[in-house]
Amino acid sequence: MLVLLMRAQNRTIKGVDWFTVLLYLFMVGFGWVNIYAVNTDPDTLVFFDYSKEYTKQIIWIGVSFVTIGVIMLTDSKFFVEFSYVFYAITTFLLILVIFIGVEINAAKAWFQIGGMRFQPVELAKVATALAVARVMCRFQFSFNNISDILRLGSLIFLPILIIIIQNDTGSGIVLFALFIAFFREGLSPYVFVFGFVAIAVFILTMIIPNHSIILILSVSFILMVLFNRFRKEALIMSAISVVFFGIGAAIFKTAEGSVNYDVALLIAMAASSIFLAIKALLRRLPKLGVLLIFFWGTVAFTYSTDYVFEEMLGEYQRNRILVMLGLKDDPLGVGYNVNQSKIAIGSGGLMGKGFLQGTQTKFNFVPEQSTDFIFCTVGEEWGFLGTSFVVLLFVILLLRLIFLAERQHSDFSRIYGYGVASIFFFHVAVNIGMTIGLAPVIGIPLPFFSYGGSSLWGFTILLFIFLKLDTNRTQLLR
Amino acid sequence: MGNSNRAIIIGLFFGMIGLIFIIRLFVLQIVDPSYKFSAESNTQRKITEFPTRGLIYDRNGNLLVSNQPVYDVMIVPREVVPFDTVDFCNALNITRSELERLFEEVRFNLQRRRISSFRPSVFYKQLPAEQYAILQEKLYKFKGFFVQRRTVRKYEYPNAAHVLGYVAEVGETLLQSDPYYSLGDYTGISGIERTYETFLRGQKGARYVMVDVHGREMGSLRGGRMDTAAVAGSDVALTLDIELQAYGEKIMQNKIGSIVAIEPSTGEILALVSSPSYDPSLLVGRQRSRNFPILSSDTLSPLLNRAIMSGYPPGSTFKVLMALVGLQENVLTSTTRYPCHQGYTARGIHVRCRPHASPISLVPSIAVSCNTFYCHVFRNVLDNPVHGSPQEGLEQFRNYLLNFGLGTRLGSDFFNENRGFVPTRGYYDRIYNGRWGSLTVLSLGIGQGEILTTPIQMANMTAAIANRGHYFTPHVIKEIENDTIPSRFRVPHYTGIDSVHFEPVIDGMEESVWSDVGATARIARIPGISISGKTGTAQNPHGENHSIFVAFAPKDDPKIAIAVYVENAGYGSTYAAPIASLMVEKYLNRAIHPSRGWIETRMMNASFINESTE
Repeated sequence: MLVLLMRAQNRTIKGVDWFTVLLYLFMVGFGWVNIYAVNTDPDTLVFFDYSKEYTKQIIWIGVSFVTIGVIMLTDSKFFVEFSYVFYAITTFLLILVIFIGVEINAAKAWFQIGGMRFQPVELAKVATALAVARVMCRFQFSFNNISDILRLGSLIFLPILIIIIQNDTGSGIVLFALFIAFFREGLSPYVFVFGFVAIAVFILTMIIPNHSIILILSVSFILMVLFNRFRKEALIMSAISVVFFGIGAAIFKTAEGSVNYDVALLIAMAASSIFLAIKALLRRLPKLGVLLIFFWGTVAFTYSTDYVFEEMLGEYQRNRILVMLGLKDDPLGVGYNVNQSKIAIGSGGLMGKGFLQGTQTKFNFVPEQSTDFIFCTVGEEWGFLGTSFVVLLFVILLLRLIFLAERQHSDFSRIYGYGVASIFFFHVAVNIGMTIGLAPVIGIPLPFFSYGGSSLWGFTILLFIFLKLDTNRTQLLR
Repeated sequence: MGNSNRAIIIGLFFGMIGLIFIIRLFVLQIVDPSYKFSAESNTQRKITEFPTRGLIYDRNGNLLVSNQPVYDVMIVPREVVPFDTVDFCNALNITRSELERLFEEVRFNLQRRRISSFRPSVFYKQLPAEQYAILQEKLYKFKGFFVQRRTVRKYEYPNAAHVLGYVAEVGETLLQSDPYYSLGDYTGISGIERTYETFLRGQKGARYVMVDVHGREMGSLRGGRMDTAAVAGSDVALTLDIELQAYGEKIMQNKIGSIVAIEPSTGEILALVSSPSYDPSLLVGRQRSRNFPILSSDTLSPLLNRAIMSGYPPGSTFKVLMALVGLQENVLTSTTRYPCHQGYTARGIHVRCRPHASPISLVPSIAVSCNTFYCHVFRNVLDNPVHGSPQEGLEQFRNYLLNFGLGTRLGSDFFNENRGFVPTRGYYDRIYNGRWGSLTVLSLGIGQGEILTTPIQMANMTAAIANRGHYFTPHVIKEIENDTIPSRFRVPHYTGIDSVHFEPVIDGMEESVWSDVGATARIARIPGISISGKTGTAQNPHGENHSIFVAFAPKDDPKIAIAVYVENAGYGSTYAAPIASLMVEKYLNRAIHPSRGWIETRMMNASFINESTE
């Protein structure tokens, strides 16, 4: 028995992807070094202080290593078979935390047991990734099947909904990253195009007046018609639009004294759309129909977001969104953090100020220094060499994960692998992007670097379940 | 499934984001230098080191003004945690409602973004040292509060408030016009604190320290190599004799008026009393905000420096000047005699005079203060045919007055001197439509009417007479440490009257004190001191006349020239003259002769302040 176990372990250790394990160990180690730097004043060097974050982090690193051992000793099939059970348990924990959790930074997302805090959302990421993989690996799964889409959608949206109720929206949004895995599994790229347009329109409604958006949409609509090789139609549409716009504007001018541009534009586009619709019906050109629906869909979306934003949201919520999108200055709030963060990173220069020499990070100019903004310490103390190296490490990790996922024989393992890569990617992109002012400030941690036990533990579990599955890559797990 | 090329797309996407980040980091960390500067201004703070203000001494080296520490209680709003307010109130010695008001102020300033919740700002200004001792022990209990030391003025004598002026926070205008000052700095607002501000203030120093986000000092920057030490302000010595000044203030208690005493040979002001006065300590530290409104709303205007600000008709003291002008203009000689039968009458105008021997010549005319004599002299000056017209004569007459420093700012070290008023020809042309003659403006000749002079101008005029023809601009600055006093105080001003003409006039002034017959100021006699003076009574349409006396002594080697004004005290001989003589005696003999003790007592006890106005 013991021999068998030893042999199983031996096989596991041999089969594990040591490259990824080394990357993991290096990142955790370097991450800890930076947490140590944040919490240490070079003038009063006390190597170990039990109340300090770096000491607690050491304990969590230990816990993570033990967990790795447990995962490696667990049969891969267990993760497949029990994925729904995990999902159920973590969903239960997510709900439970709303009732018995403690509130930190306005989010009720933490269990407190003794001196330790634990955030169930970190486990929910693992469980959701597993459950999604389980649903999608079924033989007959298809993105064209409504019930499959509904099942998959509810798997993702249920935890997101609960997490939003916890007021921890940032962590909830992370699960949307799984769409990258869906893309790999065949989800139409148009979904992303549509999502991108929706986001763009949503942001545009807040910064520019409606008639400008309608104008941009109209011009791109006509250009799309043009590039779909309907040159004549595009010309006729332009002519009709211009004429009707002129007539509309003239009527407004005489009737009301001033021109209501969006209505005039809509009249013009309605006229040319009628022309296009007739053409599409007569010539049986469904492509034009799709374009028409898409255009009027975005117009409707523009007005509805505008309505929601202006009429349904409160002043405070509106400001939060504007600040988050960088459309409004808030030097003492979110804007302050980003500015201080950029200053800290920018002051690092090429080589950095050296280990423990950062002043911005040491003197608490950057808030959430050891958690969400740990990358600032890397930037300040290790300079451009350090930051680009860390970015490179993450890119290498992500590419390695794709590589590993692609070599899986089992769909479950591959999909889960993509899920892991997607979640890591989202965290890295948003966290680093936020510190250098390229992404909105969403308080999510940088994997393996940020201080915090549950996030380190969660990321470790996320990664090592995949590495465990990878040891059985030639098997078909179902 | 044919989706493996999507793996490449995803991989490229990940790589692209990584590349964008690296480019962005390259720009942030290497290309754009602005973040490095921001980081420096973030963590490096210039802490101003305030120099101690220069000390002020009197002419004999007595320390008048020094400095004392006070403690500003600072607040970093973000760090404040709930605390025991009763304890805090006791520590600051304030009431609960005051504390609430202070917090309301902080909240208000925070909302207006005037102060930062991360950085320290003043919560409670100028806690006295005794109270600080109490607060210090409890300070650890009040998170977010700390104490910053400053120095404020400490006055060793309760005197000379008007000369010294006071120090307070800089106002908006000075803040904008002078880059030296920043908000909350102190500056001299009046008196010599204002005039010699640039010497007294010293040079601010700077200390560069590293601070954390809350502005807490985390050690000096680069070992303090960039720091500059504050340079203490220069000490100054004043020309005041603080004993004389204190004596003058004491003698003027319960009276409204002023005393200006000048050393004629230098123009140094020995005493400058404006009564009522106040203890300069009242305007120091926290008391200032409480006392200033009380002082400024007092109906007796204790903040008004009457010695340089109030214009009065000079009354009979003007006659000495009139005599000098007449002599210089050759319309009068020391032997000229005019009859006087208790007045001067011409074309329906009658100027009364007191009974005295007639006819009267120059010297006794001063001694008995004959009005008739000076009506003649005045008319002769104006109607002198060499001027062509009385109007031209008036202009000529006016020039003499200006040469004596009347009708103009003397240029002393007080910025707010009143210029007084010497009417011009144009002034009378406007009033009388150009039809007027020497008789129309006759009252000028006896120092009444439109002419207004300030006490300092009259003291200066007396000094010019004592000097037999010149004066030095009166000033209170004697020495400035490591510097020289303004050169304008060392240049003599000539009056344009030949020195020979002074002798009969000075004789008259001597007679007015010492003459056995009709001397108007015999009460001013000081045993052993040849004091010469002239009484005056300024007509006051609002009430009792003002008592005036100008004098200098000793006659042949003048050490002190003085002008005394006592409002509503009647004749110059009754109050101003004895007060002046006491001042002169005090200055020259340092003590009052026992035989004159009764005068001193009477003067000290005299009160001309209505109970109702007090």
